[in-house]
Amino acid sequence: MSLRNKVSIKEFSFYYGSVPALKRINLEIRANEIFAIFGPARSGKTTLLKSLNRLTDLVYGARHTGTILLDEKDIYDPKLSLTQLRRRVGIVFDLPIALPMSIYENVAYGPRLNGITRKKQLDETVGKALRSGALWEEVKDRLHTSALRLSGGQQQRLCIARILALEPEVLLLDEPCSGLDPISTASIEETLTRLKKDYTIVLVPHNIQQASRVADRAGFFLNGELIEEGTAYQIFTGPKEKQTEDYVTGRFG
Amino acid sequence: MTVEFKEKFIEKILLLIAFSSISILALIAFFIFGEGLPLIWKIGPKTFLLGGRWVPGQGEFGILPMIIGSFWVTFGALLLGLPLGLACAIFLCEWTPPWAGMILRSAIQVLAGIPSVIYGFWGLVVLVPLVRNYLGGPGLSILSGSLILSIMILPTIISISEDSLKALPPSYKAGALALGATHWETIWRVLVPAARSGIVASIILGMGRALGETMAMIMILGNAVKMPSSFLDSARTLTTNIGIEMGYATGDHRQALFATGVILFLIIMFLNTLAIVLSRRRVG
Amino acid sequence: MRINRKRYLTQNVAKILIWMAALSTMGVMALIILQVLSEGIPVFSPRFFLDSPRSMGREGGIFSTIIGTIALTVVAIVVATPLGVGTAIFLGEYTREGRISRVIRFGIGCLAGVPSIIFGLFGFVFFVIYLNMGWSILSGGLALAAMILPTIICTAEEALKAIPYSFREVSYSLGGTKWETVTRAILPNAIPGIFTGIILGVCRSIEETAVVILTAGSSLIIPTSLFAPVRTMSVHFYILAREGISMEMAYGTGAALILLVLFVNIVANWRLNRYIRKRA
Ligand SMILES: Nc1ncnc2c1ncn2[C@@H]1O[C@H](COP(=O)(O)OP(=O)(O)OP(=O)(O)O)[C@@H](O)[C@H]1O
Ligand SMILES: [Mg+2]
Repeated sequence: MSLRNKVSIKEFSFYYGSVPALKRINLEIRANEIFAIFGPARSGKTTLLKSLNRLTDLVYGARHTGTILLDEKDIYDPKLSLTQLRRRVGIVFDLPIALPMSIYENVAYGPRLNGITRKKQLDETVGKALRSGALWEEVKDRLHTSALRLSGGQQQRLCIARILALEPEVLLLDEPCSGLDPISTASIEETLTRLKKDYTIVLVPHNIQQASRVADRAGFFLNGELIEEGTAYQIFTGPKEKQTEDYVTGRFG
Repeated sequence: MTVEFKEKFIEKILLLIAFSSISILALIAFFIFGEGLPLIWKIGPKTFLLGGRWVPGQGEFGILPMIIGSFWVTFGALLLGLPLGLACAIFLCEWTPPWAGMILRSAIQVLAGIPSVIYGFWGLVVLVPLVRNYLGGPGLSILSGSLILSIMILPTIISISEDSLKALPPSYKAGALALGATHWETIWRVLVPAARSGIVASIILGMGRALGETMAMIMILGNAVKMPSSFLDSARTLTTNIGIEMGYATGDHRQALFATGVILFLIIMFLNTLAIVLSRRRVG
Repeated sequence: MRINRKRYLTQNVAKILIWMAALSTMGVMALIILQVLSEGIPVFSPRFFLDSPRSMGREGGIFSTIIGTIALTVVAIVVATPLGVGTAIFLGEYTREGRISRVIRFGIGCLAGVPSIIFGLFGFVFFVIYLNMGWSILSGGLALAAMILPTIICTAEEALKAIPYSFREVSYSLGGTKWETVTRAILPNAIPGIFTGIILGVCRSIEETAVVILTAGSSLIIPTSLFAPVRTMSVHFYILAREGISMEMAYGTGAALILLVLFVNIVANWRLNRYIRKRA
């Protein structure tokens, strides 16, 4: 883990219509760490993740104040290329969404958009991504069958591989294990820890146990506010704030 | 930079396509009115709309008989088509064993697919002789036309009514049944009234379809230009007036046919707007 | 107790009436189809389909009218599909609900209700006379295209709406632009729905008579160019029946017409199911 800041969130507020979903967030995420964002439902975790690669732009009527820097550059700079940003900051959603095409085509989707069309190069990229996503062994013989026939856990790893094929710098994972069985979950967690050395990872964990297993640092969100951040060990064993403690010890709500 | 430019360019192209799609409506209005309005001004809107004589050879163009004819035929078609269509829609939503619903649904699909000339032909060879032999008159009559039209508008009425019945929240039905209403009372007193704006929209669209039908009506109505006085009389509608004479009309006569089109167009636009407003209210 | 009896009696009467309505609808459908097919199919023979009509259609077959039908339908579909799908994409993907989309949607709703004879009149003044294309395949095909456009737009829009929002999100998150998202993640999945609209358009073009008679003429000669006049099967059937030229030939043509429309529908359903199965 280096101490270089990869992502800096500065005084960032976000509104769907008039209700704020995020309130004046200040947060630094360091290169090559796994940062866990946790908190109860509707606390703004997904909104923060989607703000980091501006997927929130798709929502009509949404607006924000403050800013977010990626490698010290403002991602809301109008001159910045949105497609480039999204290639550098990849996201995996809480439900595995495989596009209705073959496994190969799913993984090749991003690289193709990126202009890679040569079959050989594409094959290599797809193979490499599937290997880092720990899916290669299971699907190498049926790359050209429909991705919808994979199990839920396999589909989620496919979604991870699909992002990895773009070789992003930051990986955003929004509850990637919700709805998965323990074995799939373990396999995904293992993948994440391995990926850490090459990527900066922001993870919304499935539960506190998962956060404490894989995260280096963590931040607790409640009603759109960042209540507390710190090393995972500190947050999960000795939180400073009462609200965090209540949540971590399960006394919440 | 080039990517952004390409995206903007595509967006503009799509906007252009969308606008050319609706500009067709404007073009239609422009050309039909352009051909028809001068004649209406020339002979006066009142003479045109309320005149009872249509003698193109002598320059007499009064379309009142056709307006009345259109009205009668459409009214007759709804008189039979509405109860039949509503009953079928209820049949499809309630009470039905699935297999029967499936058969009716495919029957309606086939009905919707039968070309209108076939309807006209069938009316001519089957219905017209029946009417002539059992009820008298020429057989080529408003009654025969209405009967055929009522079948032709069934698919429209059924599908839209069915949609609006299906869109009702299940709680309506559950609530009424829980209050001790019989199934029929639930349907008739709760579900049908709740779906009424959709049903009215289906009636209006059915009306539009009936008013607009041309070929089948040419074959069945007998096409006499006179004020109809009974359902067994032969008649001419706005559409058939155009369809019959367009083939050989020239000069003022042709313009008069376009003027008939103008009136038809206005009536249909009015009905369409009504239907669109009604169905929007249903959604909102 | 008595009141209850009466209520259930009403219910049973209503039930019987509704069954009668459903049965008579099916019955009428069967009557029409069976009558035309039973009189028409005996007329079928290879020569009926492969010979062109002779002496106004009293003799010979219907070959040139089949060609006419195909030619007009192809022109109509080729013109209406890109326009219709483009409009649907614009409405569904490129614009928020607002003034522009409301105006477009209203216009399309109105266009959908315009009676075919009006499309015929319009095609006649605009294509045949104003643009000087004469009675021709092109005039007829363009007028038909205008007529089927609303159908294609509406079905395509429904198809686009049925694509989950998440597909768009995935495509954007992988660095796709709007157009890339539309062409790669959305359209391929909307093809079955769009195809349904096209098939509806094909059926309407095949059966339309009023528009065709006013814009494509009724020539029995096999066309050699887009500017040649043609007669379609529907028009041929109409002329045979109305002018009493030959009942036998009319029945044959009518039966062929019905079978063609049914055939197009069945094949379309079958192809669609295959397409859906292949992708799932
Ligand atoms: N597209 C949207 N339009 C309007 N409001 C939204 C939208 N998405 C989220 N919100 C609102 O923003 C707030 C934060 O939602 P968000 O999805 O970011 O929470 P979350 O912490 O990810 O919750 P969960 O644990 O349920 O996933 C919620 O109140 C939610 O209702
Ligand atoms: Mg969430």
